[in-house]
Amino acid sequence: MNTILSAAIYFALACFALAMLCALIRLLRGPTAEDRILALDTLYINSMLTILMLGIGYGSAIYFDIALLIALFGFVGSTAMAKFLLRGEVIEP
Amino acid sequence: MSTADIPLWAALPAALLLICGGLLTFLGSLGLLRLNNFYARIHAPTMGSTLGTGCVLLASILVSSALEQRPVIHEVLITILILLTAPVTAMLLMRAGMFRRRD
Repeated sequence: MNTILSAAIYFALACFALAMLCALIRLLRGPTAEDRILALDTLYINSMLTILMLGIGYGSAIYFDIALLIALFGFVGSTAMAKFLLRGEVIEP
Repeated sequence: MSTADIPLWAALPAALLLICGGLLTFLGSLGLLRLNNFYARIHAPTMGSTLGTGCVLLASILVSSALEQRPVIHEVLITILILLTAPVTAMLLMRAGMFRRRD
């Protein structure tokens, strides 16, 4: 049964690596700036899922905190860049 | 991977959820790569950020609860955070895209 879970973890890790590769190609190729921000948004969600997956695999609770921080700061970064595209500055007076 | 002593009732649904989550996330990112328009591309990664995250976090709750022999639900925090923040980011990006394409 544990081989089933290990195989599923490796499969999901491969899926997340391919997904991050797709997002990276879009980040490098994207024609407009919104595409690049969208690719960065996808990239941080995929990396958060990868770290959660490592936490499941190693049975450690430390990875949860890293995933929570990545989710928090990724949201702040994406929102700041989208706001910059929308208004020309991030924090308005 | 040290998935040492996880019982079968938790390992089988967790494996199924992990496979589903990985496939959904990969399909979402493939859509981000393959679709040909920004308004079409913004749809695809939402599948990874909602369904994929939900599947992986549910599997994480299952495995942690089976390891600790008690209900462990602190992963719900990440689910709530992602569910609250993903629409905000998508809405801001869409408004930025419409703003930059105006004539």
